[in-house]
Amino acid sequence: MRAVATIFRRELAGYFATPLAYVFIVIFLVMAGMLTFFVGNFFGRGQADLEPFFAFHPWLYLVLIPALSMRLWAEERRSGTIELFLTLPIRTTEAVAGKFLAAWCFAGIALSLTFPFWITVNILGRPDNGVIAASYLASWLMAGAMLAVGACVSAVTKNQVIAFVVTAALVFLFTAAGAPAVLGALSGWAPQWLLDASVQMSFAGHFSAITRGVVDLRDVFYFVSVMVAFLFANAILIDLEKAE
Amino acid sequence: MLEIRHLVKHFGALVAVDDVSFAVARGEVLGFLGPSGAGKSTTMKMITGFVPPSSGTSVICGYDILRAPLAAKRCIGYLLEGAPAYPDMTPAAFLEFVAHIRGFRGREAKRRIGRIVETIHIADVMHQPIEILSKGYRRRVGVAQALLHDPPVVILDEPTDGLDPNQKYEMRRIIDEMRPNKAIVISTHLLEEVEAVCSRAIIIAHGRILADATPAELARRSRRHNAVRLAAAGISEARLRAELIRLPMVAAVEAAPDGEGVSVFPRDGQDIVADLADLARAHRWPVTLLRVEQGRLDEVFREITTAAAAPAAAAA
Ligand SMILES: Nc1ncnc2c1ncn2[C@@H]1O[C@H](COP(=O)(O)OP(=O)(O)O)[C@@H](O)[C@H]1O
Ligand SMILES: [Mg+2]
Repeated sequence: MRAVATIFRRELAGYFATPLAYVFIVIFLVMAGMLTFFVGNFFGRGQADLEPFFAFHPWLYLVLIPALSMRLWAEERRSGTIELFLTLPIRTTEAVAGKFLAAWCFAGIALSLTFPFWITVNILGRPDNGVIAASYLASWLMAGAMLAVGACVSAVTKNQVIAFVVTAALVFLFTAAGAPAVLGALSGWAPQWLLDASVQMSFAGHFSAITRGVVDLRDVFYFVSVMVAFLFANAILIDLEKAE
Repeated sequence: MLEIRHLVKHFGALVAVDDVSFAVARGEVLGFLGPSGAGKSTTMKMITGFVPPSSGTSVICGYDILRAPLAAKRCIGYLLEGAPAYPDMTPAAFLEFVAHIRGFRGREAKRRIGRIVETIHIADVMHQPIEILSKGYRRRVGVAQALLHDPPVVILDEPTDGLDPNQKYEMRRIIDEMRPNKAIVISTHLLEEVEAVCSRAIIIAHGRILADATPAELARRSRRHNAVRLAAAGISEARLRAELIRLPMVAAVEAAPDGEGVSVFPRDGQDIVADLADLARAHRWPVTLLRVEQGRLDEVFREITTAAAAPAAAAA
């Protein structure tokens, strides 16, 4: 556990050691704001809630999360520090957990910096703050699941661009699986179990379920199990491929 | 303290390391010598648990790296080839990270970092990002990281590669100072290094051990071992040759590589300098140069490694 904490601290400090972290946060905030105000018609709706803000998170994360996860392992491979890192007396699982938690925490920091939106709706009206809190939780859980996918992909390449593209594609599949367009295309010819599975596997489906304000443990469990599964795969891939 | 047992590594069809075994005791500095691509780094990566061996294993302080990797890794200090480190960290932050990972906290971490910074002389650069440090400093930070926990087994992959002569000297001093209570392996392709710091040398090429001996023993294998350089004013090389080759203990006489006089090679490495001196006196040659040669490690190295290359090339 101590090793996890040490790795977590180093990784998190690493994000802020370069301007990249700040650039990332600014882009995240600007894009979240633009999508909410212009595309989501935040003011025109005349409702005091953050629904348009959260509705775009899956699509926003599609681009931003792979950008965050791509360097997790790929950068260590490229610079050769992976050998230094993995010849220290730590377990691979500790290394994987420390790195992931730092990335997830960073995503949490970026997300929490959107708090002015929350304040704004409270000034403008009387929103259901329980729903908003649940939505933040949902968004953070989804970010974690996506990061775990990205960490796993990053573990097998030294090329960050490849890591980005492959992660974005996988995350897109996971997100879009339950989208109405996909379900519409499937319905009629595909068997019902495929539609059900598609919804069950979908980031967006579980995400929107929680953002409605009901924190169903099954949805939480879904995101947590995606994280655990991909991080487990991440550790195995690192052990198998560390020298290649 | 370090025991390597039949390590083998395949990369696809390539056999990078082919049944390498050796043991290193406390107080020994083993020079791991070989041309580039010989398999030195791959062997070290298997010892330190980064590369899983195709077969064989290594045992560090009684811990098998495959069965008890954490315990084994705690006993090893490892300087990687090229000493990569996190570029945006400062040596201070980097060493603190390594100290924490190795289980040293607070005062103990500070004390250890302080001590190593003093021995390795990196105090001046402790707060600059590693990426802007010179090669010499970067290497030193790598060494500091490797020695922080005072490990009984030290593995250094090309510790002096790319350093200037002063930095090389400094690195050798560091190795020399820690040698009494550690088992040390350094890989290198520099022969001067082996002569300067190693108590034993293993020559490896194409993944195979070709020689395992002290540097002096290796030098003795040189044709030049106990050869004598002889030059005399006004006496032609042809004349010297004609007279010298008549001596029964002389195997061959050749023009010296630098053109001054001749090199006289003894039969069976015997000591011939007294006989040559007698001969010169008898002929009243005005001798300007008479010197016994020690045997050159680089020659032995070339002979051994190129002889091994020939059959491999023929087979390919
Ligand atoms: N990850 C790898 N994949 C494939 N081949 C490798 C890998 N690492 C090393 N090799 C090959 O193994 C051989 C030995 O390499 P190395 O141990 O680095 O040699 P040295 O350190 O003696 O210069 C070389 O031919 C090298 O190309
Ligand atoms: Mg090498």
